[in-house]
Amino acid sequence: MKTILSVDDSPSIRQMVTYTLEQAGYTVISAADGDEGLAKAQAQQCQLVLTDQNMPGMDGLSLIRALRALQSYQQVPILMLTTESGDEMKAAGRAAGATGWLVKPFDPVRLLDVVRRVLP
Amino acid sequence: MQIDISQFHQVFFEEVADHIAAIERSLLAIDPAHPGREQLDQVFRAAHSIKGASATFGFPDLAEVTHALESLLGAVRGGELAMDREIADAVLYANDVLKVLLDDARAYRPSDSQLIRTTRQRLDALIEQAARRVPEPEPAELFGFFDAPAPEPAPEEDPGFGFFDDAYSQPPVAAPAVMAPVPPTPIGSETSIRVGVERVDQLVNLVGELVITQSMLQEASQPLDPAVHERLHRAVDLLERHTRQLQEAVLGIRMMPIAFVFNRLPRLVRDLATKLGKSATLTLYGEGTELDRSVIEHIADPLMHIVRNCLDHGIERPAVRTAAGKPADGNIVITAQSQGGNIVVAVSDDGAGLSRERILAKARAQGLPVHDAMSDEEVWQLVFLPGFSTAEAVTDVSGRGVGMDVVRRNVQEIGGRIELESRPGAGTCFTIRLPLTLAIVDGMAVTVGPATYILPLNHVTESLLPETTRSHSVAGEGAVVEVRGEYLPLVELAEVLGSTVVRDDAGIVVLVESAGERAGLRVDALLGDRQVVVKSLEANYRKVPGLSGATILGDGAVALIVDVAEVVRLASRGAAQHAGAMHG
Repeated sequence: MKTILSVDDSPSIRQMVTYTLEQAGYTVISAADGDEGLAKAQAQQCQLVLTDQNMPGMDGLSLIRALRALQSYQQVPILMLTTESGDEMKAAGRAAGATGWLVKPFDPVRLLDVVRRVLP
Repeated sequence: MQIDISQFHQVFFEEVADHIAAIERSLLAIDPAHPGREQLDQVFRAAHSIKGASATFGFPDLAEVTHALESLLGAVRGGELAMDREIADAVLYANDVLKVLLDDARAYRPSDSQLIRTTRQRLDALIEQAARRVPEPEPAELFGFFDAPAPEPAPEEDPGFGFFDDAYSQPPVAAPAVMAPVPPTPIGSETSIRVGVERVDQLVNLVGELVITQSMLQEASQPLDPAVHERLHRAVDLLERHTRQLQEAVLGIRMMPIAFVFNRLPRLVRDLATKLGKSATLTLYGEGTELDRSVIEHIADPLMHIVRNCLDHGIERPAVRTAAGKPADGNIVITAQSQGGNIVVAVSDDGAGLSRERILAKARAQGLPVHDAMSDEEVWQLVFLPGFSTAEAVTDVSGRGVGMDVVRRNVQEIGGRIELESRPGAGTCFTIRLPLTLAIVDGMAVTVGPATYILPLNHVTESLLPETTRSHSVAGEGAVVEVRGEYLPLVELAEVLGSTVVRDDAGIVVLVESAGERAGLRVDALLGDRQVVVKSLEANYRKVPGLSGATILGDGAVALIVDVAEVVRLASRGAAQHAGAMHG
C-alpha cells in the first residue's frame, strides 16, 4: 500500500485530501505544519509528499529542503499545493527540490489525476 | 471517481470561523504604531487560508473578499503601506463582512453583492495608496513538474498542476474501474475531530437517561439480600462507577474555554471606547478556564453588558482621569478561575466607582424605601433593581432597555450569583459565580404531599425543624416565619405549585436565598441531598412558572425542580405589596 504524507494547515483541505486519496486506495498521513510533517515523514517512510506552502512554523519550501536532505526522501516525489502559481514561486519550488506543483483551488478529480502520475 | 465535496463543508465553516476570530484577536493586539511582525503574519496567514479553502470548497464570495484583504495585508507586510488606524479599521470591517458571508455560506444562501463590492472597493482604495501595487497572481498553469515533463497533449484548459521531471509526463494511468477498498484506519492522521454540537448534546442526553436507569437499577437491587445476590450487587456497583465516569467524560466534551466569550470583548472595548471618547485597556486572565457549553451561552450577554457598563459608567474621560491624578487610560481587568465546583469571573475597572449619594437620590426619586444608614452593600444592590440606571444621561450605549436587573436575572437563571463591590474614585468590581454545567444540579429532595421536588442546593441556606420555627400569618394574606428575630416571607411550596395545602402542622421550613432576598419554603419532609440530571421542561412540555426543570428519580418517578429565584421573587413581591397595603 502506498503511503502519502499530506501537509496543510487547513483542516478542511487536509480532510478533503485524505478522504480523496483514501477512497483511491492510498494510505494517508496528515500533518498541520512543516515541523509536524517532517517528524511524521521521518517516523514513517512515505511514497509521496503533498505540501502546502504557507503554514505557521516551518513553511512548505523549508519542508521540501529538509526532506531532500534526508537520504530516504531524495527520490520521493514531492508536490507543492500552492495558491501562488507565479514563476517566482515555481523557481523557488524547483530550487528547493519539489517534483511539481498543483495550484489551489483544486478539486478531488484533479488531485487524483496528478497523484496517479507520480504514484501509479 | 465521484467525490461529494459538500461533505467537507462543516469542517470548512468551523475553520473559517476560527480564522475570522483569529484575525480579530490578532488585529486588536496590534499596536498600529508598532505592528508586531508575528501578529501581522498571523492575520495574513488566516486570510490566506480562508481564501485557499473558500475557493476549493466553492465559496467564491468569501474567496473574493479575503483575496482583497490578503492583498492589503501583503502590502502592509511588505512594507509598502504603513499600518495605521485606518487600515486596522478597514481590516476589522472586512472581517465583519466575512462573518456575514460565512453565515450566508452556512445557510447556502446568496450574499449581498453590494456589500461585497463596497468592501472590495474600500480595501482596494487602501491598496492603491501603496507605492506599488501588489501584483495579482496570474492564473497561469494550474500545476507543473519541475523537471520538464513532456507537455500534456494540448489540454484545452489549464490543467492546474505541473511537474519538473520528464518521468511523470507519460499519460496518466487509467483509473481503476473498481474502487479500491477503503484502507484500515490510517496511521497517525488527525488527533482531533470536529463534531456537530447537536451530536454532543444528544450524547449528554443519553448519558442523562443512562444515569437515571442506573439509579433505578440500584434502587431496585437495594432490597435484595447481598449474600444471595452478590453478583448482581457487584455488577450494579460497577455500573454506577462506569456511568459516573462516562458522564464526566461526556460532559467534558462539551466543556469549552471561556476564551470563547472573552474573545469578543477586546473588540467591544475598542469600539465602545472610541464611541464614548474614552480610552481603556482590557486585560484578560484565565482565558483557558473551561465551562460547559450550556453555561457559556448564557454568560456571554451578561458579561458583555457588564463590560459595557464599566466603560459607560465607570471609566471616566481622559481629562477627568488626569485631573484626578489617574493615568489617562482606564483599566478593565477580567479574570476567570475555577473555585471548587464553580467558575468565578470578576470584572473590575479603575473608574469612578459607584456614587452612594446618586444611587440613594435616584432610589428616593423612585419612591423606594431607602435611608442614609444603609450599608454600602445594600446601596449597591439597588443597582440591580429594574429600571435603575446611574447614568446621568441615557446614552445609546447603556440605554438599550437592558439593565443590570436583566444581567442579574440571566446569571441567576443558570444558578449563578453576582456580587458588586465599589470604592468611590477607585473603581468597581463585579464578581459572577457560575456553576460548571447546567446538565446536573446538586439538589435537596423534599416532599410536598405525594410529590417529590428538588431544591437546587446553591440556594438552600438551612433547614429548620418545626419546633424552632414560629410562623405568623398576617392579615389573611401572606405569612412570615421568624428566624432568630428576623421575619422572612414564608412560602407554602404546595400553594405556589398549584396544589392545595393539606398540612396543619408546621412542616419543615427550608430557608432559601436568591439575589439577596431570603424566604422560607414550607415542605412536608426532607429526603436528602442528591445529584440530579436536569431535563428541560420547556423543551419537553412548556415553561411552567415556579419550576426550572424536571428530573427522573431512581424509582422512575418524576421530580420537578423548583425555580427558587422565581419563587423568592414572587414571595417578596407579595410581601412588599402586603407591606404597602398595611402602610396605605
